[in-house]
Amino acid sequence: MNLKVNIAGVELENPVITASGTFGFGFEYGNFYDLNKIGGVCVKGLTLKPRQGNPPIRIAETPSGILNSVGLQNPGVEYYINHELPRLKATGTKAIANISGNTIEEYCKMAEIVSASDTDLIEMNISCPNVKQGGVAFGTDPKTVGEITKAVKKNCLKPLIVKLSPNVTDITETAKAAEAAGADALSLINTITGMVIDIHTKRPVLHNNIGGLSGPAVKPVAVRMVWQVANSVKIPIIGMGGISSGADAIEFILAGASAIAVGTYNFVDPYACIKVLDGITEYCEKYNIADVNELVGGAIMNG
Amino acid sequence: MNLSVLGKVIQNKEIANNIFDMLIECEGADSFAPGQFVNVLCEGGDALLRRPISICDAYDNILRIIYEVKGKGTALLSEYRIGQTVDMLAPLGNGFTLNKEAENPVIIGGGIGTYPLLMLAKQLNNPQVFLGCRNKSLVTLIEDFEKISTLHISTDDGSYGHCGLITELACEYIQQNGTQIIYSCGPKPMLKAVKAIAMQFNIPCQISMEERMGCGIGACLVCACKTAAENGDYKYSHVCKDGPVFDASEVIFE
Repeated sequence: MNLKVNIAGVELENPVITASGTFGFGFEYGNFYDLNKIGGVCVKGLTLKPRQGNPPIRIAETPSGILNSVGLQNPGVEYYINHELPRLKATGTKAIANISGNTIEEYCKMAEIVSASDTDLIEMNISCPNVKQGGVAFGTDPKTVGEITKAVKKNCLKPLIVKLSPNVTDITETAKAAEAAGADALSLINTITGMVIDIHTKRPVLHNNIGGLSGPAVKPVAVRMVWQVANSVKIPIIGMGGISSGADAIEFILAGASAIAVGTYNFVDPYACIKVLDGITEYCEKYNIADVNELVGGAIMNG
Repeated sequence: MNLSVLGKVIQNKEIANNIFDMLIECEGADSFAPGQFVNVLCEGGDALLRRPISICDAYDNILRIIYEVKGKGTALLSEYRIGQTVDMLAPLGNGFTLNKEAENPVIIGGGIGTYPLLMLAKQLNNPQVFLGCRNKSLVTLIEDFEKISTLHISTDDGSYGHCGLITELACEYIQQNGTQIIYSCGPKPMLKAVKAIAMQFNIPCQISMEERMGCGIGACLVCACKTAAENGDYKYSHVCKDGPVFDASEVIFE
């Protein structure tokens, strides 16, 4: 059985990768299993300079999900390249750098710096809901998505994945804009903005007031969006949003994702990625699927 | 190191209103250190995230945790029956750094923060233990602490022991008798007061912090704790991985 998938010219051992921000730089989970068992590790969102992130409280549990507002705390792109990337690459897995900036120029600079490293793929985060500048502001207007993708692409020597925000009326518009501007692949969905209010203090639980919702609660929304985008673009899609099992992953693949990412569920089960991969394998065995790529976009719509 | 541990409940008893004392048969418990915690999957309902719970004691492959039922996770845990499997990540975090040379160690605990101090107290030579609770009904572990320490208790309403804040009692004691080290765990305002006492008398002090967690192992970065950075500025450390025990001088209280 073939589980290898190709994302914009980069071959992944299998379609299971980690969602940025849920997996650090890999090593916490590397205590549980060998990272080369999964297709790739998408690292914590990086910025040009180190970032402190938001004050606590940064997380609230919600029905079947979590709301977070970490605010892109990270040690900066240089630290990633000098300290985290070498040991991540040494594991044999593929490294995906997730980059964020406050301005288009910063995104371009980030792409340039990361392109000069051993990173395999770059994921451009234009959909972080937890920072005041940049982030989601870039990701919700198709025109801006096109402009930033085009500019970054000029400075990017690695395959560029554009991570789309679900906080839009029609996600196919931003998807098409990214594709037209040269994106090599798309990843979706980022978190859905949400709020939790403590009725006793009458204040939002998160210090940042709003945060990004993830976990099983968002899965149907994510599957729908992957399906819509898959029917609007030709570039590969990395699907994510609430995946906790092989069955969930297969749903995303049938909707049109070539690879999938596991995020929030890593917190619940540190072996989540491995279990998702095992589940994909079992499904393929059960239905005599020789190549997981055969399943991509295989969902049959009702009349 | 394999942090994924399956234990078996051997006791899950309500020892005060909404406070449960759980004993878990757990291989490797002997290697757990005071101040470390476990991240428990609370099964049987719709609690998604694991719940971080401090280690109260660990010996002979038995783990003791004491927890307050506060939300749906701990409510589910309180339903666990004897023999039931407990899925944990353990042991997590950095515990207390024991200094057995330091004379007359002082331990200050408040509320549910008193539980992780038992194992610590056991490993020190007759420490002075100060425990503060809201009222008499919440004062627990008296017998356990009395066996191994000199115990001082206060309640907010005076229903047991000294009436008032435990930090007042501890401060008075330290002023009169002196100490070479303070260990503490409890609510933030109490820890802030403990830090102030430690600074006032220039005593080394370790405090165990609490924050809402996600992964419990340092990957998600949600359990931020403001600490002093090398350049004189602040940074956000993470309670699960950098703590939960910090040197009091590092922690910046708002």
